[in-house]
This record gives sequence, C-alpha cells and structure tokens, in this order.
Amino acid sequence: MAKITLANLAHSYSENPTSPNDFALKTLNHVWEDGAAYALLGPSGCGKSTLLNIISGLLSPSQGKVLFDEEDVTHANTSTRNIAQVFQFPVVYDTMTVKENLAFPLKNRKLSASYIDSRVTDVANMIGMQDVLNKKASGLTADAKQKISLGRGIVREDVNAILFDEPLTVIDPQMKWELRTQLKALHQQLGHTMIYVTHDQTEALTFADKVVVMSEGEVVQIGTPTELFERPAHTFVGYFIGSPGMNVLPAQIIGNKAIISDRDIQLPATYPKLQGKTEIGIRPEYIELSDDPTGLAITIHRVEDVGHYKIVRASHDTQGQSIDIDVIVKEGIKITDEMNFVVFDKSKINVYADKWIQDGDDQA
Amino acid sequence: MKKTHNQKAWFMVLPVLILVAFSAIIPLMTVVNYSVQDTFGNNEFFWVGLEWFEEILHSERMHDALIRQTIFTSIILAIEIPLGIYVALHMPKNKGFWSSLCLVLVALPLLIPWNVVGTIWQVFGRIDIGLLGHTLDQLGITYNYTQDSTAAWFTIIIMDVWHWTSLVVLLCYAGLQSIPDAYYQAAKIDQASRWDVFRHIELPKMKGVLLIAILLRFMDSFMIYTEPFVVTGGGPGNATTFLSIDLVKMAIGQFDLGPAAAFSLIYFLGILLVSWVFYTIMVNSDKEDAQ
Repeated sequence: MAKITLANLAHSYSENPTSPNDFALKTLNHVWEDGAAYALLGPSGCGKSTLLNIISGLLSPSQGKVLFDEEDVTHANTSTRNIAQVFQFPVVYDTMTVKENLAFPLKNRKLSASYIDSRVTDVANMIGMQDVLNKKASGLTADAKQKISLGRGIVREDVNAILFDEPLTVIDPQMKWELRTQLKALHQQLGHTMIYVTHDQTEALTFADKVVVMSEGEVVQIGTPTELFERPAHTFVGYFIGSPGMNVLPAQIIGNKAIISDRDIQLPATYPKLQGKTEIGIRPEYIELSDDPTGLAITIHRVEDVGHYKIVRASHDTQGQSIDIDVIVKEGIKITDEMNFVVFDKSKINVYADKWIQDGDDQA
Repeated sequence: MKKTHNQKAWFMVLPVLILVAFSAIIPLMTVVNYSVQDTFGNNEFFWVGLEWFEEILHSERMHDALIRQTIFTSIILAIEIPLGIYVALHMPKNKGFWSSLCLVLVALPLLIPWNVVGTIWQVFGRIDIGLLGHTLDQLGITYNYTQDSTAAWFTIIIMDVWHWTSLVVLLCYAGLQSIPDAYYQAAKIDQASRWDVFRHIELPKMKGVLLIAILLRFMDSFMIYTEPFVVTGGGPGNATTFLSIDLVKMAIGQFDLGPAAAFSLIYFLGILLVSWVFYTIMVNSDKEDAQ
C-alpha cells in the first residue's frame, strides 16, 4: 500500500502539443492518500481514463512524475508497480476455471501453492463465488465475470492501489447495487487505496470518501460528496452533480446582494467587487415555490412527478432572455396557480465569477 | 373465411430452380448416371450397378493417391496453420501505414491465378534458368523436381505454403484484432508471460477463425489440382499424383468415364463428410462458449 503522488502531471496524445487543447490531461498536482477510496468523476472524454492509465503504467505521461510513496515510478512498467485494475468490460481467462482465474496473478508471482489455495478461498468468499470455483469462467454471466475480474484485483494482498475503470457499465441495474455495496464493504475490509473511475454520480458519491471531479482534462474540484453538493467549486460541478443540477443564474453582485432584473436577493456573505461574468448558483432543493410577489417571478413550464418529490421546470424572463430554473417541491405541497414566484434559501446560495466559486466575508 | 388456393407462387421460385438445376443438380446427376453404367462407345450404355464403386474402393491406384493426398494435406496444414498464426501475431496491431502495407503484401499471393502460381514456381525451380533451382544447383545441392520425387514434393509444398499461408494469416489477424486492449492490459497487471497471453487470451479468441482456416485449407488442399499439374504434372512417376490429378487422368486421359464418375462421387462424399465433422465441432464449441 502506498501514497500516490502526481506531480506536475500532464498528458497529450499528439506528439507535439501546441495549444492547451491538445492535452487530454492538463497539468495536475494531487496526492492520493494511502487507504482512501476515491472516485474520479466526469463526463466521457474528460481525461479520467487517461489519468487512470497513467497511474497504472499503461500510459507514459508527456510531462510530470508519478510517485508511489517516495519512489518515482513514472516510467516503470505496469507489472512492477504492483497495482491491480478492474476494467470496464469483464476480463476473464476463458480457458480457466474460476479458481484458476483467481489464482493466476498469484501463480505468476511464484507464491506457494498452500498460500494461493487459502487466499483464493478467502477471495471467493468475499465475492460470493465459493460455489462456482471449479466452473469454467467462459460460461458465466457478465456480472459473475466482472466479479471474477474484481476478485483477481483484490487477490493480491500487497497491491499499492486498486483501480476501477467504470467497472459496472455492463452490469444490470439490480446487480449494480449489490456489487457497489460489496465494493464499499471490501474497501473497509481491505483498506487498500482505491480509485474508481465513473461518469455516474450515484456510483461516485456512494463509493468514495473523496470525489475528484474532472472536466475537459482538468480537475475542477476534489471534495467529499457533501462539499460537492453544498459548495461546488465550479459551475460545471454544480450541474454535473445533482439531479437536476444546480441552477446557475446570471446576476449582478453588489456587496451582500445579488441583483436579477431589479430584484434584490440576499446573499449569505458580502462580496468585494468581482471581475468577469458573475452568477449565483443554487440547488433546486433549496428553492421554494411561492405566491409572495417579493420573490423572483417565474413561468412554470412543466411539472415532473418522480414519486417522493416533484421537479418543476420553470424559467425567469429578463431583458428578453429566458433563464431556466428548476425547483424541487417536496411531497405533500400543493402547487397552486398563484405560485408564480420563487424564494431562495439564502444560506445555500453560492457566488461564481467566470464559473469559479468566490468567497465572501461572512457577516454572521 | 374462404381460402383461395393459388399455386402461382411456384412460378416465382422457378428461375432459381432452373438455375440450380443447370448449375448443380443436372451435372451431378450426369456423374451419378455414368457411375452406374458402362459403355462401349456409340452412345450405348448398360447398367453395371455398384461395380465401379467396388473397383475404385479396392483399387491400389486410388489407395496410393489417397495416401499421397492425406500426407500432402497433413504436411501443409502442419506448416501453414502455425506459420499463419506466427505471422499474424507479429503483424503491426495498430491501424496505420505499416499495417496496411503488411496486409497488402500478405494478401498478394491470394490474388494470383492458380495456374500462374504453378507457372511461377515451375520456372522458379528450374535448374537452367530458375532462381531457386539454379542457386541450389550452384550450391552443390541436388535439386531436380522433374526427376527427384523428394524435390518435387518439396517444391509443391513450398509453393502451397507460399500461396495459402496468407489466408490463415488474414483470418488470424482478423481474430486478433477483435481482442479488446483491456485483455492485454489485464495480462500485464497479472504478470502473465508471453506464452500465457497466447495460450489463455489470443488462442481462445482465435479459435473460431482458426477452425474456419483449417476447414478451408483442408478442403482446398484436398482438392488441389492446378498448381501441381502445372509444376510436375503428377510426376515424377506418380510421386505427386494427388486425387484430383489421378481423377483427371482417369476421366480424360484414359476416358474411363464409369470408374472416374464413381471416383468423383466417393471423393465428393469424403470431403463432404470431413467438412461436416468440422462444422459439427465448430457449432458445438460455439455452444460451449455460450453456456
């Protein structure tokens, strides 16, 4: 087990990168703490798989260093790094039985037969495959195969880290829950550093202690699920996480007020004069529909009932522009015709300038 | 509801029936017809039952040709399949200029007409002007495919390997291309040896195309005619007289139509039988994989 340090790391797939856009991964400094569970979250093509492959050694970065503890492994090959990786699609050796599959990484490292035997039995119990140990792996279902890949990942006790590259993509929804819970339990049991790449926010938020959100080759925020939800560092994080995502409204910021079409909205803090395009962000969970005319006027377009709450799709018109506002209305609250205004929960408003969050002076 | 009986649809399939009849059924039935009759000329035929079949099945000439044929097919399968796999494994994997170039080079022998291939090697092996024959001769190696049966076999086998290994290479290459990168990456992480990667990843994934390659190469080599006919004409003596060459000698050289027809049918059924066995193995192994 080891702490993984990425120092000044960047990668480009083209040989002579000229503009920042040529980089699949922009300059990045980060330390993955030993024993923590991380999720690497971002839309397809944001560079998360590139980052993972650099950590696992399948890819050599164009610049920067990768350190395992204090050892520089930037150009060390995959097998000497002693990491395990579980891929998007189940990788099993069709010619072998489940048992042989699980034993394979140990056998190649020339460990004693008795140790291999007991270790394989342990791992089979952890992933719940003790009954099919002697079956051929080729005949199993996709999720069983993925469990084998997972098993091969955790069978070595001394790995520096276990990397997951969207491992649940091909798994049925019910099985996803089961496997995810199992993964979480395994992490608590084993204490390995785990890095889990996904584009699914539910997966990321349920699995990880810390979520690393990436967008266009850049890490935009690293934080706990709560931090990502309450204080998204970048408007991208705001609407990528949450369903529906955070509302971002262009507003003029003066002191402790945000001004949207002549309407003053109280902010939780006082802000200095901000440069660039200013916006406020507020989650649909923290907006209330109201018939109070001092609120912000809206037009409701659609109400989606998703069971224990309703999502109201609305918009506010200002200066010939229409700004979308989503509101979550809890079960039991009736939406009347007079509710043409919204009121914001003051303490939950974040202020952004050029898409990045701004800190204000807390008055309280 | 009243059902109208209308048989007009039969006319729709008539063109196909006629086509198949002329291209397959009628020629085949002609052969069957010859195989159970004898003639003394003047277009007079009389019934001999299964006599020709018995004669052919007990003829030493047929046995010898069959033995030569089996040895030939076994040798070229034993060379072409492993060689084809070996070459396919060493072709550039990524799409690009080099892999395209390799593919074109590899596919080239397949595009040459069979009798041209025969002619190329016929000339290539000649002692007086052929590059191969003359070089070997100058090196002091006795090589004369028109007189020495070992040299004749050597030439024909090398020629077939040159001509057809490409097919195995192309099929295997296609099989290898379908293996996702993740398998190789996982193997690296598991510290699998090169042999393990071949044994547990590449070979199983190539199994399907390999069976097809073996089947095609079996059928083609078992029916080989043109190339050895051009190079050696079945000689020296009968050393390279394979089944097809023998059959043509019998049918056209000696004009023994009855025995030749019986020979053809036995030959045809033999190939059909082996191909069917192959097909069954293939289908069953697919089923196993699916389970």
